Amino acid sequence: MSDLRLLADGVGEPAWLRRSLIAIAVSFMAVFLLLPLANIFHAALSEGWRVFLASLHDENAAQAIRLSLVSTAAAVLISGVFGLAAAWLLGRHKIPGHGFWVAILDLPFAISPVVAGLMFVLLFGLDGWFGPWLDRHNIQIIFAKPGIVLVTAFVTFPFVARELLPLVQALGPEAEEAAMLLGASPWQTFWRVILPALKWGLLYGVILCASRAMGEFGAVSVVSGHIRGETMTLPLHIEAVYNEYQFGAAFACASLLSLMALVSLALKSFVAWRAQRELESQ
Amino acid sequence: MNRFLRSLLLLASLGTALQAQDVKLLNVSYDPTRELYQAINPAFAAHWKAKTGQTVTISQSHGGSGKQARSVIDGLPADVVTLALAHDIDALATQRQLLPVDWQKRLPGNSSPYLSTVVFLVRAGNPKGIRDWNDLLKPGVQVITPNPKTSGGARWNYLAAWGQALKQKDGSEAKARAYITELFKRVPVLDSGARGATTTFVERGLGDVLLAWENEALLVTEGTGKGKFQIVLPSTSILAEPSVAWVDKVVQKKGTAAVAKAYLEFLYTPEAQKIIAQNGYRPSDPKALKAAGSRFPQLKLFTIADAFGGWDRAHDAHFKDGGSFDQIVVRK
Repeated sequence: MSDLRLLADGVGEPAWLRRSLIAIAVSFMAVFLLLPLANIFHAALSEGWRVFLASLHDENAAQAIRLSLVSTAAAVLISGVFGLAAAWLLGRHKIPGHGFWVAILDLPFAISPVVAGLMFVLLFGLDGWFGPWLDRHNIQIIFAKPGIVLVTAFVTFPFVARELLPLVQALGPEAEEAAMLLGASPWQTFWRVILPALKWGLLYGVILCASRAMGEFGAVSVVSGHIRGETMTLPLHIEAVYNEYQFGAAFACASLLSLMALVSLALKSFVAWRAQRELESQ
Repeated sequence: MNRFLRSLLLLASLGTALQAQDVKLLNVSYDPTRELYQAINPAFAAHWKAKTGQTVTISQSHGGSGKQARSVIDGLPADVVTLALAHDIDALATQRQLLPVDWQKRLPGNSSPYLSTVVFLVRAGNPKGIRDWNDLLKPGVQVITPNPKTSGGARWNYLAAWGQALKQKDGSEAKARAYITELFKRVPVLDSGARGATTTFVERGLGDVLLAWENEALLVTEGTGKGKFQIVLPSTSILAEPSVAWVDKVVQKKGTAAVAKAYLEFLYTPEAQKIIAQNGYRPSDPKALKAAGSRFPQLKLFTIADAFGGWDRAHDAHFKDGGSFDQIVVRK
């Protein structure tokens, strides 16, 4: 009987211990996560709404927001397409050195963003492999927008590929083979059979990728060149204005970035919930 | 059809003609000059428009002086560099022949259109009674200065402290080393950049005295920290000479040599010198310095050249791996 009671409670620890453990966990979350986040919004509005709006409308801030959005979109597109391709290749086919390639997918996670940025400087900088050729043809990659997009895509690459790899493996080749046998073209098979099966995973990966891309600082800082009004992203802009004693403006932009992060968090949870429901209904 | 083609051609040529009217410059600078060049740029644009009819737009890039030099070496297409110390511009000449080695002789005053010095920023009322360098070693005084390994500004602070000890009546290398060793025992945090150190002192309230460039200190006492801080001028300090240069390789390629050169020469005009004084830098033109009046009191200033024999030697003796700074930090 008493064993049953314990089972019903779900735990064997005395109530006071349970309560204090919960209290510790909750207060830790509050102090470490919620309080600093709330404080950003508080600081953003500390100099009033006018300063808040003006700092977001500022020419340089607007450019930084635009560049962040553009480079995020480009990075998502690149990581999405190549992540899908990589997951497909590794999930469906046994290529030589399979385990090695799967491990390599995680390389961008393992490497520090600063090193990632420097890798691109070593490739495309004047001293780099392609530097002299690019210079002769007047193509600017590093210290310009293409460089920012490239490093952002690099650091966010694993999100989509990692998310899709297990799904592709679980999907198996049967549905595809059936579609092909019934006369579907490869494109039709891709759009009608494969993509629907992967869509929630893809969406989940894309959201993770986007939220990381928006916030990326280290790698972008190395390749940006920090040209005001041209190659600043939102995180770089926040650091710059903070260092210029414009604390209100810095926190206004920081609150915008946090807001974008919260939105992607909500989207992510929504996608996970929908995917779960779909799975259960099947 | 023929008429259509001709008008198209006309439009195209008009387009290129219009483009020829526009010229873009990139000024790669260090952190605290942003406000200065934001004020200089429109003045120069107006000046250039009146002189040539061309519209010039100037983009700015700011960061740590050493990092900025590195970026230009790696391919950041700077038409002009306006960095914290000549040593960083020397690197452009020695590591990648982007400009001639004797670039410093091309503009007046060793290519330094504006100057500064290292001063003390203390809390209002000067509660610890700090008047000169020796007061920094008084018991209970905490000093804030950034890390000379990473910050150009910190190197000026370091050399100012070293040089003043050297310049005293009974000064010697050994006494200077002893002074610096004692000084760094009083530094609770070494920030990586000058702005970071200022924030530590002003916003976080750490330390009793901040070693800072005069323009940075003026920015605090006349701006964010008005009434809460005051500047103390030591009897002796270092003459900081931020240097400017056009980058020959870049301007040749972009075809911006004339306007880049004019931009830097403009910095020496009375109009620009006045803006320089307004932004807390000491004008290099004595007349402009005098006109700025009591904002820049006189003090004994020594240069890198006369106290240390130039940047190369100062760098090798103090900041290279194993230099005097490393020895002091290790001993601490």
